[in-house]
Amino acid sequence: MNLPTGRQAGSAPSHGRGSTAATQAPAKRRGSPYPYWFVLPAGAIFGIFFLAPTLASFYFALTAWDLFSIRFIGFDNFVQFFREPFLMQGLVNTLLFASITSAAKTVLGLLIAVLLTSGIFAQGLLRSIVFFPVLVSTIGIGLMFAELMHPTEGAINLALAAIGIDGPGWLTNPSLALFSVAMVDIWRGVGLATLIYIAGLSTIAQDYYEAARIDGATRWQQFWRVTVPLVRPATTTVVILSLIGGLRLFDLIWAMTRGGPGFSSDVLASVIYKQYQAGFYGLSTAGNVILFLLIGLIILPLAWWFNRKEVEQ
Amino acid sequence: MKRRQYLIGALSLAVAFVVFVIPFIFVFLNAAKTAAESATLDFSWPREWRFWQNLVEVVQARDYMLLLAYFNSTVITVGAIALMVVSGAMVGYLLQRRRTPWNRIIYGFVLAGLIIPPAVVPTIWLLQQIGLFKSITGMIFIQCAYGLGFTVLLYRAFIATIPRDLDEAAIIDGAKPWQVFFKVILPLLKPVTVTVIVVQSITIFNDFTHPLYYLPGAENVTVQLTLYNFQSQFVSQMNLLFMNILLVTVPPLIVFVFFNRQIVAGMTSGAVKG
Repeated sequence: MNLPTGRQAGSAPSHGRGSTAATQAPAKRRGSPYPYWFVLPAGAIFGIFFLAPTLASFYFALTAWDLFSIRFIGFDNFVQFFREPFLMQGLVNTLLFASITSAAKTVLGLLIAVLLTSGIFAQGLLRSIVFFPVLVSTIGIGLMFAELMHPTEGAINLALAAIGIDGPGWLTNPSLALFSVAMVDIWRGVGLATLIYIAGLSTIAQDYYEAARIDGATRWQQFWRVTVPLVRPATTTVVILSLIGGLRLFDLIWAMTRGGPGFSSDVLASVIYKQYQAGFYGLSTAGNVILFLLIGLIILPLAWWFNRKEVEQ
Repeated sequence: MKRRQYLIGALSLAVAFVVFVIPFIFVFLNAAKTAAESATLDFSWPREWRFWQNLVEVVQARDYMLLLAYFNSTVITVGAIALMVVSGAMVGYLLQRRRTPWNRIIYGFVLAGLIIPPAVVPTIWLLQQIGLFKSITGMIFIQCAYGLGFTVLLYRAFIATIPRDLDEAAIIDGAKPWQVFFKVILPLLKPVTVTVIVVQSITIFNDFTHPLYYLPGAENVTVQLTLYNFQSQFVSQMNLLFMNILLVTVPPLIVFVFFNRQIVAGMTSGAVKG
């Protein structure tokens, strides 16, 4: 696969322009048709605007840094992060939020996808309706639901009142606010999970179901023994994508509660923004590093575990 | 179609309507009301339709800030995507065509770009050092850098379906490597390029977090930021806030209607392979 096969040794024009390529293996690859400088434009943009700040964050996280001065203080920011209850709460909320939304999107996404591939009436229309919120501005959705969830005048509580239920203060009750935002995030993101599952389901050959039916498997057994195992690649994608999204989420929280009431719905990303606004740049960066490590510690083992299971099958 | 399937379909449609469509209808109705009427947040038919007046009023608010925001958002989106498409396709092409130990490292960076949350404060510091903080140019580069991982993965997968014979034929005809790429390969990548453009334009247009950090200031406002700023300004004029939400929802709706297939292809690209 390495060398173009159809190339006749002598006739291929080898332009001597491969000075970058030549550094690798001058004799073999002089003037490769795929020179390394092709990565330069993307590499430069990615290196300057993403990689360099990410690496720099490991230094800045160890400093007391504000508008006027910067001073190395070792791990004090991290110590403070784990000592301050409201900062800690951000960390706990992040984990809680990501696991709830990810689990709900996975389960609901699969169920809706199974429903929308079973040949029911208006299937295509339903797919579009479920998917559309994925494309809508998160801030728009956040502001919209903030009004719908208004404790006394919001449409949700008015509807509940009409059937005799006293609706709670969705966003004003500190023990409920995070879960209300999580519900909206599920509402917004379940369409993507459904879409991914529909793509996954379409790759399962009907033969499996036929064989299972012949063996006398019930609908329920077919779902657990055929659908769930065979749709695993889609499950991997949904779980990992929604976990990453949930751990990093900022805009929806900010539009709906700004971390409030108090600090009850703060997540790491909103803590990072608040500390930045307050001028604690070092502490904010430490929050960023914690988020970075948290995502790495969760996603990498999970991806490895999913892949291993896949090989085993 | 069996009767049962009609029944389940109709039932699902009713549920989907209540859960997913009614919130948007609520926004639409309130966007057409007077300020006093929309303040009660009722889910009701407007007593007096003021749709057009509200639209004009939102567009004119704060010296036509919304128009400036649409302009800025468009410039950022177009600029970032142009950079992303060309530079991302080049990397995807190299990754797919030339198998070397370096590929693993490049691939690692691509995945890192997809997973790692950007370090915001150090990025602001860096942008200040090179004079791009609070500038549209800086925002274009930032959005390009954040979208490259996704772009490279899509291109790499698609280029695998283009036979190498094409490159070789061009080389034998005396084409230089960049000519092979720009004149032979890039035109063939049109289907996946459309997917990249559609998915990324929605992502960048809808992005709120990064403009909030890197583009403070009224002259650089983007569409999502207007919505956020208007929230505090329109507190007594809910009708205008809802109109603003509606105006921000329209571009993705249009894109969705025309490019449904490409969006689905782009967003499910990881599903089958994992």
